[in-house]
Amino acid sequence: MQQQEITRIVPKGRWHRSLDLADIWRHRELLYFLTWRDVRVRYKQTAIGIAWAVLQPVLTTAIFTVIFSTFARFETGNVPYPLFALSGLMIWLYVHTAVTLAAGSFVGNANLVTKVYFPRLIVPLASVLAGLVDLLVSFVILALLMAYYGVVPDVQVALAPLFVLSALLLAASFGILFSALNVRFRDVKFGLPFLLQVWMIVSPVFYPLSLLSEKWRLVFALNPLTGILEGLRSSLFGAPLDWQVIAISTASLAVLMVASVLVFKSMEDDFADLI
Amino acid sequence: MTRRAITVENLSKLYRIGERSASSLRDAVAGWFTRNGGDPAKGEFWALRDVSFDVGEGETLGIIGGNGAGKSTLLKILSRITKPTKGSAEIRGRVGSLLEVGTGFHNELTGRENIYLNGAVLGMRRAEIERKFDEIVAFSEIEEFLDTPVKHYSSGMYMRLAFSVAAHLEPEILIVDEVLAVGDVNFQKKCLGKMRDVGRSGRTVLFVSHDMAAVSRICDRAIVLSHGRVAAEGPAGEAIREYLSGASSALRAERIFEDSHPQPASEVVRLKRVRIVDQSGAVCARFDIRNEIGIEATYEVIKPGHVLLPNFQIYNQERVHIFTIQDVVSEWSDRPKERGEFTSTAWIPGNLMAEGSFTVNAAVVTYLPRMTVHFNALDAVSFDVFDPMTGDTARGHFAGTMEGVVRPIVKWETLNKR
Repeated sequence: MQQQEITRIVPKGRWHRSLDLADIWRHRELLYFLTWRDVRVRYKQTAIGIAWAVLQPVLTTAIFTVIFSTFARFETGNVPYPLFALSGLMIWLYVHTAVTLAAGSFVGNANLVTKVYFPRLIVPLASVLAGLVDLLVSFVILALLMAYYGVVPDVQVALAPLFVLSALLLAASFGILFSALNVRFRDVKFGLPFLLQVWMIVSPVFYPLSLLSEKWRLVFALNPLTGILEGLRSSLFGAPLDWQVIAISTASLAVLMVASVLVFKSMEDDFADLI
Repeated sequence: MTRRAITVENLSKLYRIGERSASSLRDAVAGWFTRNGGDPAKGEFWALRDVSFDVGEGETLGIIGGNGAGKSTLLKILSRITKPTKGSAEIRGRVGSLLEVGTGFHNELTGRENIYLNGAVLGMRRAEIERKFDEIVAFSEIEEFLDTPVKHYSSGMYMRLAFSVAAHLEPEILIVDEVLAVGDVNFQKKCLGKMRDVGRSGRTVLFVSHDMAAVSRICDRAIVLSHGRVAAEGPAGEAIREYLSGASSALRAERIFEDSHPQPASEVVRLKRVRIVDQSGAVCARFDIRNEIGIEATYEVIKPGHVLLPNFQIYNQERVHIFTIQDVVSEWSDRPKERGEFTSTAWIPGNLMAEGSFTVNAAVVTYLPRMTVHFNALDAVSFDVFDPMTGDTARGHFAGTMEGVVRPIVKWETLNKR
């Protein structure tokens, strides 16, 4: 017989366990199928289906454009405000949707968690990945809008995928954190929408960071989303990158990721008993 | 000696009722402050306690035991769904566990889509699902509805599809809970056939079931769990006999009152013994729902000249008083008894009791000239009733949870007017 899989079952410990990426890799097909299911199911019962992925960013951008470029008149440099707003909103909508879906993912998949073994991280990760489809649609709209305004990206656009990846990691971090907390504390359901609202306001989604003084810029950079939004816009629209802000945000994201995984790992053993 | 596929050592699982499921932040915060002052033993129970056993490679082991014996907890731990509180287990080989069929099915998705999803949930690789896809579809007999969302399926179709996927799981070690307790009886037969094939093909199987006949047909060996502990272990036939006799459980099918204090007695009559017996007269604690159950009281008449009616009150596990039976039909129902020892047996017909555990109070009463309860021995004996799921019980072909305190088969008449 070939090399045999050996499973050791031991009592739960504290903090000592590894992330066990190998186990997640072994279950990659399940991650794929759960992601695929979430994408299929999300639009299946809606009347206009995937059109929502187009309407949501477009309508929000239109509203923001009317309000903030007509009345508030934010200074967005060479970038037309609709482009500025859409580029920020699509990332925000992605993070918002992904975190919200991930937070509810264990409660929604209770039957899986109590009947089958798999690395529990897969559940919130599938929710986070499923949101990428909408983000992809948004990028197509953004490209069309850039063509309309004649904004041509320069070589810096090669950096854009890095910021999208960071957005994914950010959504994943908060997603797994809140998914775990939600199993234990159903308060999350009520607290999270409020938290997300505040988060959007303190992130440069619809206003430019340049609005703030130097000192406040660095404070705001502690919010990982700040670096992601600023970096993505600069790389898309060919503006100079603010490396200081990006570095602070990236460090902050790294800390958040580690903390989220630790919290998740410390709680996951009890999921099946608590759900 | 064959190699061990599963080694279980001192596996224990403690559940805390209430305390652990603090589901609001406020409770948890309150908990931090009271942690030291709290009573840790409150609401704790061991669902599993020091359970140890081995399963050899290629062996089929049955796990039997009453409700709450710890079977499900054991399977959940071995399936890695929850972790033990103490002890350890080692499993050699790829494990597939079926604690339910159709896990992960989504109503909005089509049959085809659900085959892929469910397969992945059960641990099949995509290539494996693709290879077996046609076989799965053929087994399920739902070809024409393959691209219909499963929410439009009948429950029978849904179960057939779900089982078909599960049946094509080919792990080295298969862990199966009472998946057979869903769907109709024919469907269960199909499951059993498939299970037997799996056992014969050299795979290691861990099989939990209420169905004793199935366990003895399929399994080489069986363990009996009772109150979270291994109460008996051995060849399947022996373990089942042990289980049915009640020796390994809290059931008490015989009770002798020779020296008990206080003794159930009056100056007229004294209780000596109460037993639960089967049709052959042997003491029995677990009854096939179709069989007659005998409740037998032996009592000594000290003072002659009284009409003495044995009287049994039957309670179920929810402490619902199901009925009281007393001798109103035999020749002794109005005839005074002489001095001496008497044994009276009441026969509860088959197909009357529901499934479950029952306790019996045993009394002797006199109604005339005035009512006297000579004694009433509370919780004197207990017994279990199980449904063998053979299709000829009151269940018919229904295999789900059947409610109700009794489960009679009654006479039916149907008229067809044209």
